[in-house]
Amino acid sequence: MSAAEQQNKPARIEREPVIEFRNVSKSFGKLHVLRNVDLRVFPGETTVVIGESGAGKSVVLKHIVRLLRPDKGQVYFRGKRVDNLAERNLVEVRKRFGFLFQLGALFDSLTVGENVAFPVIEHTNLCTDEVGKIVSQKLRQVGLDGLQEKKPAQLSGGQKKRVALARAIALNPEVILYDEPTTGLDPVRSDVINELIVKLQRTLGATSIVVTHDMASVRKVGGRVLMLHNGEFIFDGNPREMEHADNPIVQRFVEGRAGEDLLEDL
Amino acid sequence: MIIRTIGSKTVHSAEAFGRFWVFNFRTFWWLCTGLLRWRSWKLVIPQLYEVGNRSLPVIVITGTFVGLVLAVQAYDQLDAAGFSERMGVLINVTLVKELGPVLAAVMLAGRVGGALTAELGTMNVTEQIDALRVMGSDPIRYLVVPRFLACLLLCPILTLFADLCGSLAGMWIAVSLKDVPYEPYTYYTMDALQMWDLWVGFIKSLVFGGIIGMIACYKGFNCKAGAEGVGRACTEAFVASFIAILVVDFFLASCMMGIYEAIWGFQSLV
Repeated sequence: MSAAEQQNKPARIEREPVIEFRNVSKSFGKLHVLRNVDLRVFPGETTVVIGESGAGKSVVLKHIVRLLRPDKGQVYFRGKRVDNLAERNLVEVRKRFGFLFQLGALFDSLTVGENVAFPVIEHTNLCTDEVGKIVSQKLRQVGLDGLQEKKPAQLSGGQKKRVALARAIALNPEVILYDEPTTGLDPVRSDVINELIVKLQRTLGATSIVVTHDMASVRKVGGRVLMLHNGEFIFDGNPREMEHADNPIVQRFVEGRAGEDLLEDL
Repeated sequence: MIIRTIGSKTVHSAEAFGRFWVFNFRTFWWLCTGLLRWRSWKLVIPQLYEVGNRSLPVIVITGTFVGLVLAVQAYDQLDAAGFSERMGVLINVTLVKELGPVLAAVMLAGRVGGALTAELGTMNVTEQIDALRVMGSDPIRYLVVPRFLACLLLCPILTLFADLCGSLAGMWIAVSLKDVPYEPYTYYTMDALQMWDLWVGFIKSLVFGGIIGMIACYKGFNCKAGAEGVGRACTEAFVASFIAILVVDFFLASCMMGIYEAIWGFQSLV
């Protein structure tokens, strides 16, 4: 191998996608949610998937961590096919992901500290003190250190999301998936979450995929924006390109304007 | 159209039945692999408290009143036939072999089964079960096995309490209120009640406990979204457990009776 080839190799490997969808289709009964979708997400990128409610954005995320299996097509993580893996073989793959669920999905019966400690205890043999240090550090990263003893029911919506985010990054994942991170929050709290996503992206250097229909989120965190409509990606570009896109569906979404088809029924 | 509907329902039922057995198999797999790990038992202890301690008052009340009713109903007929001293035989054999295990299990299905289905169902619709999966933990190992084990281990113990309370309540009616002599009452009872009867009651309650745990967890894991979905899952869990308890009771009773008669032959209690 020549010196030039050796120099090029790491760069080429780096540009291999972390996550790849090949021809993925998914239906729920008669509803076709994804139609022959192709997607490549590269290391360190922040990809924002937008689309109307029910467009199948969360379905895309759930295919990545194999909470759902495609009806057709394949899903790859770091070049390894994951959609056909048995549940026990998925553990090693899933440990490399952090997933922020739409409603946080914190365990009601556990305290904040126990929630954040959960993945650490499950996958490492660290002693209680070390686990406690990690919990403090992760909660500090989301600005909530000191709430370890509270139960999720005692937290506000924004705090729940931040605790869930602390739990999602507890194992320093390579990829962080955000499912509607600002849904149900006021604009100020939404901005806190958006800032956190940007900060975590900068400090952890993880690949991020954010599913949202909040345009403020898109403008703040979006590196690459994809729009899902009728089971297909109809836009792929950066936030600025999205603002000036020719596609009327994208334009309507950016402006938050209902189309005549939707207004007809009113 | 009718044939299509019947066909579709049959396919759905067969699918659900298959899924239930896969769920059972995975539970037993994790049960066997986790039995030797202290971490697994740490998850069982809070469930033992939930299932056992909190069900005890209900079980005690059930057992006591079953014993009282049996005594009240039996006394007149047995006294008329001159068998009042053998009242304890009827009360205790019925309690230990049949009514104790069945009624304790039914009460447990209502109190514990409903609560388990509601808890797991809520976890399901709020994506907590998905969160477990995503974090690389198996929800069956973490959620189902401890609850199943708690039901399996505690149903026989709770049944024992029901039997004891029913037996004492029946004796109180017979001896204190109906003036049946204490010594013949206990003599005939001890003479008729065999170790085999206790084993029959124990095996039945063990099976019933397992049934309650499995059905409750399965329904919770497969409930539909929303409050209505969780509510419906709870109702389905109780109805399915109740029917399963009665059906399995019939088969176990027939089977145990067959085994007994094959070994010791028929023995009259009177």
